[in-house]
Amino acid sequence: MARTLRQHDARTGLLLLTPTLVIVLAVVLVPLAWSVLIAFQRVRLIDVGRAGLFDELTSDNFARVLGSDVLWRSLRTTVAYTAGSTVLAIALGLVAALALRRPFPGRSFVRAAMLIPYVAPVVAVTFVWRVLLNPEFGIVNDWGRRLFGWDDPIAFLSQARGEVTLFGLDVPVPTALLTVIAFEGWRYFPFAFLFLLARLSALPGDVEEAATVDGATPAQRFRHIVLPQLMPVIAVLVVLRTIWTFNEFDDVFLLTGGAAGTEVVSVRVYELLTVQRNVGAAAAQSVLLAAVLVVLLGAYLWLLRRREGVRS
Amino acid sequence: MSRDRVERAVFAVLRPVVIVGFLIATLLPFYAMLVLSLRPIEDLLRRPGSLAVDLSRLTLDTYVDVLRPVAEGGQGFLGLVGNSAVVATASVVVALLIAVPGAYAVSRLDFFGRRHVSSLFLVVYLFPAIVLAIPLFVLLTQMQLRGSLVGLVLVYIAQTVPVAIYMLKNYFATIPASVEEAGLVDGLGRVGVIRRISLPLALPSVVATGTFVFMIAWNEFLFALLFLVERRDRWTVSLGLAQLSGSIEVPTTVLMAGSVVITLPVVLLFFLTERLLSQGLTSGAEKG
Repeated sequence: MARTLRQHDARTGLLLLTPTLVIVLAVVLVPLAWSVLIAFQRVRLIDVGRAGLFDELTSDNFARVLGSDVLWRSLRTTVAYTAGSTVLAIALGLVAALALRRPFPGRSFVRAAMLIPYVAPVVAVTFVWRVLLNPEFGIVNDWGRRLFGWDDPIAFLSQARGEVTLFGLDVPVPTALLTVIAFEGWRYFPFAFLFLLARLSALPGDVEEAATVDGATPAQRFRHIVLPQLMPVIAVLVVLRTIWTFNEFDDVFLLTGGAAGTEVVSVRVYELLTVQRNVGAAAAQSVLLAAVLVVLLGAYLWLLRRREGVRS
Repeated sequence: MSRDRVERAVFAVLRPVVIVGFLIATLLPFYAMLVLSLRPIEDLLRRPGSLAVDLSRLTLDTYVDVLRPVAEGGQGFLGLVGNSAVVATASVVVALLIAVPGAYAVSRLDFFGRRHVSSLFLVVYLFPAIVLAIPLFVLLTQMQLRGSLVGLVLVYIAQTVPVAIYMLKNYFATIPASVEEAGLVDGLGRVGVIRRISLPLALPSVVATGTFVFMIAWNEFLFALLFLVERRDRWTVSLGLAQLSGSIEVPTTVLMAGSVVITLPVVLLFFLTERLLSQGLTSGAEKG
């Protein structure tokens, strides 16, 4: 009886999961595989309607994409953008989570308010940033000139290189790229904040109490007791944010359109697809992107498994 | 004074400063969005640095302009809101219909390949939209589904079902198996158990998951841009706002009103379900 129930459950389980598997297969896995195929074909946007599965295969797209300087430049931009945004978002999230760790009146409102940048529509938030940073009527430049005595308005989103005078030295600064990174930190710190706060509130308090009794200062307790316990979550956040930022399209496209030194790889894929109308090259580029991603994913799964191994 | 006392004093001051700083940084842009949407454009150009509310000069014309149909000289956002509402609601309903049984199966029923299914979903969840965009673009063109909202809904479902299953399965796991076994003993089948016992118990999680799917579908931009850009009557609000922000004829204040229109539903929904949503998303993180 027990055995038949289990067999029955196994069948029900697969049955219940079938719709999910079908849609994931149809809308994610098959297109992915097909994307690889397209990357090896000569497909232009005009003949997309009749492109067949078995058109002649060629590696021209990869030769074209790999041979162009634009790829390497956009790859460098993407790496800088990803590293900067990931570190900034997690650092901000950590500071916010530590500040909100102990209860105070109004904490749940503050917590909810801090999540708004993450849940609000990307089009609306990028648009507000563009208005606030506008050189002509943006409030940031207006205040900057009145309060900090800026000589000229700063074109935050359209200036590729600015100069900042530090100790009498003119240091070149990639203005637009830094602005996009700041936006990314602002929009995604809530994600890190949410996970770090959840972990913080689940930490057992007794070790910290013992350390307090032994005379450890707050900074020492953070450094030697709290931070090590947060490291696993931080590691997962680093991998997740890296994967997502590396492929981020919306934010950069909506803020700068990829101009002024912010052309990340995903924006380049979009341009190949819609402006140059070269579907094959766009697919080749995105397959290269996916290859990087698979490496990162592998690292993530390896990390997960190692953590599970440590725990059991 | 000991180092401990100094640190305590510093952190006691620092903490409220940090909290206020974060609050300003997160809320100020939304406050600016609201204030700017209520000002006439001339006022914005004359006093760009002001975020004070001048009651005598408030106007709702921007909202009238942005919501009115294109035929009457407006920007037609009411229609776009309708499209987004249809797309997001359909995505929520179908995603839940698919994800609830799937999550139950993954969390409760032992079947061959159960573990692999979880990592498959993780991969799907992490896979970037831009890589999927090209084949889906080609596929939908060939099936002549480009420019249709159905194609968009299909994509949103596929992208949200894995997350939905992840959120729901963690919740199903907290329901004691004995409650369900009682139902089985009383003669219910598995589907009956899910419908009569597990689903009502998991309702908070279902609401949170539905909210999450709604937000993703409502906020999504890339696929809407790729699939719908040529069909103005099918635009979602996100796409509409992005398209209009490029044109010079539409005043910034009107577009700010549009931003408020597309942000408000999501933020309201979020505040209603915030606690459930945060729990659902982080339920894996607490265990470390």
